Amino acid sequence: MEELANLFHGFAVALQPYNIMLMIIGITLGVVIGVLPGLGGANGVAILLPLTFSMPPTSAIIMLSCIYWGALFGGAITSILFNIPGEPWSVATTFDGYPMAQQGRPGEALTAAFTSSFVGALFAVIMITLVAPLVAGFALRFGPAEKFAVYFLAFCSFVGLSKEPPFKTIAAMMMGFALAAVGLDSITGQLRLTFGSTELLNGFDFLIAVIGLFGIGEILLTMEEGLAFRGGNASINLRVVLQTWRELPAYWMTSLRSCLIGCWMGITPAGATPASFMSYGIAKRLARRGNNFGKGEIEGVIAPETAAHAAGTAALLPMLSLGVPGSPTAAVLLGGLLIWGLQPGPMLFVEQKEFVWGLIASMYLGNLAGLIVVLTCVPLFAAILRVPFGIIAPLILVLCAIGAYSVHNSTFDVMLMLVFGVLGYLLKKCNYPLAPLVLAIVLGDKAEEAFRQSLLGSQGSLGVFFSNGLVSTIMALGLVALFWSAIQEGYSRLRMSMA
Amino acid sequence: MTEQSESGPAHKTLEMGMALLIGAFGLVVIFGSIKAGINWGAEGPRAGFFPFYVGAAIVVASAINLWSARRDDDGRRFAAWGQLRQVMSVVVPTAIYVGSMPFIGLYVASMIFIAWFMRWLGGYRWLTVTAVAVGMPVVTYLVFERWFLVPLPKGPFEEWLGL
Repeated sequence: MEELANLFHGFAVALQPYNIMLMIIGITLGVVIGVLPGLGGANGVAILLPLTFSMPPTSAIIMLSCIYWGALFGGAITSILFNIPGEPWSVATTFDGYPMAQQGRPGEALTAAFTSSFVGALFAVIMITLVAPLVAGFALRFGPAEKFAVYFLAFCSFVGLSKEPPFKTIAAMMMGFALAAVGLDSITGQLRLTFGSTELLNGFDFLIAVIGLFGIGEILLTMEEGLAFRGGNASINLRVVLQTWRELPAYWMTSLRSCLIGCWMGITPAGATPASFMSYGIAKRLARRGNNFGKGEIEGVIAPETAAHAAGTAALLPMLSLGVPGSPTAAVLLGGLLIWGLQPGPMLFVEQKEFVWGLIASMYLGNLAGLIVVLTCVPLFAAILRVPFGIIAPLILVLCAIGAYSVHNSTFDVMLMLVFGVLGYLLKKCNYPLAPLVLAIVLGDKAEEAFRQSLLGSQGSLGVFFSNGLVSTIMALGLVALFWSAIQEGYSRLRMSMA
Repeated sequence: MTEQSESGPAHKTLEMGMALLIGAFGLVVIFGSIKAGINWGAEGPRAGFFPFYVGAAIVVASAINLWSARRDDDGRRFAAWGQLRQVMSVVVPTAIYVGSMPFIGLYVASMIFIAWFMRWLGGYRWLTVTAVAVGMPVVTYLVFERWFLVPLPKGPFEEWLGL
């Protein structure tokens, strides 16, 4: 019951006029970011993060998380109307969304996508409301060994669940850890890996990495492909919306399944993109009209959109309750918390009640506001896409430079951003995943600290990670996740030899 | 991957180069960690302890990536030369833009950069080019410096304007 009271208090915070204004601004910016190529949720939030330094933390997180919701909504617009996924998690939406638009049903597809996104998010927020305080309460008892085990599990899940080759994931992730280690060592106060450079004293800021890897890298990829938009007209009127809404309840089973997939994939750091593909794949296999998938089936829009939005929202659960972000964007938000002087993790629920519950309440309101904004303003956002890339690209590059500069007021960071951009382009082309790299930069110091503190307590024995039931279970889960692809392969070989 | 007729570097070459590059990075990390001390000191594991194993993992993973890149050659091209020229036509000016920023300030650099990009890569009329190239920095100034009080780098031109 105490949670309910806290939640109502949170609503009171989120409903202040100033915060509502920030919410609408955030959603609108977020949709624009989601629609434009080269500006994604993660680096959109990263660029705008410096603008929030002077705001109260609760207002800041409300605006930034709304940018995130907006980006999640926005990705669907370009997928359906232009067959160009604005975000990686909306790739699966193009499969059926674009055919629907071509058959003259863009309004229907967009309504289905937005409504499903909303349903997915709502499901995930309710889950966060109910589960997050419990997880946080549980995690309060964690010592350094358990903390490290949670990080271990998070990073191992990347290796096991990502579709990229496992050793590429490991290489990318370890590069992140190495970059995080550069500079002042937080425990001994000693300098390391700086090689005498004064610019590297403070190490690499992950915001610079995010803006470079995701922003600049994405622009370079787009340049290579040579962009030409051929999009249909977008119009949504009330009649289409209401008609689609009448149709949607028939697909409740698909929705529910996608919500569950999304929540699960969001909490484990697999993220929204695999969630949307998995949900689409399962829906295709189980749906009565599964053979029609890919030709403009409304169920093929519902499934990935619900899962992607549920995953995107659920990614905030581990960030809030454990301090382990479930996605790159959640990682950027976590970085924001650190900058505002808040310690992410279970203590937030004890010490910063107003902040946590204000954020959770704003998730309910922000997604509702998002649904209204996108349903009413689709033609406007589609028009943005018709601004040619020759104008958009330099503006985005300048925005990225401004964002990178304002993190530490340093022009060195801007150059670093460009280096990360070229690196991001090459890594992406060679199929290295970027998300674990970014997450490792964010969490590297904390993971290392937990690791060294545990070893300090045990006099250097690795047995500390298997010293009690809890920590052994988490570590064992991590190991299973780490070797998941090998286990799967072994299992299928075993079945082959049995048959 | 679009037109097979156009030539370009092989994907395999780049893949191997990338693995070598990351491996070399791993070696640098190992070297730096050893310099910082990888054994136990009075305060427990020393500063290089954790990064040393991270560097070792990078080297091992890169070796495996290099091996598998050598093994499965699917004959794909990395990109056509024309595509790479497109990419370089963004990278080079951006590098100049970024490099000139400490000297002429962000605003003037952005104006020149936007104008160059739109005129040479986009082929727009000078009127459109000027409107966007001047408009964007002005809007940026109002939003960042006036509204959110975030200072951006300025050069001699802004000083002359007295901003």
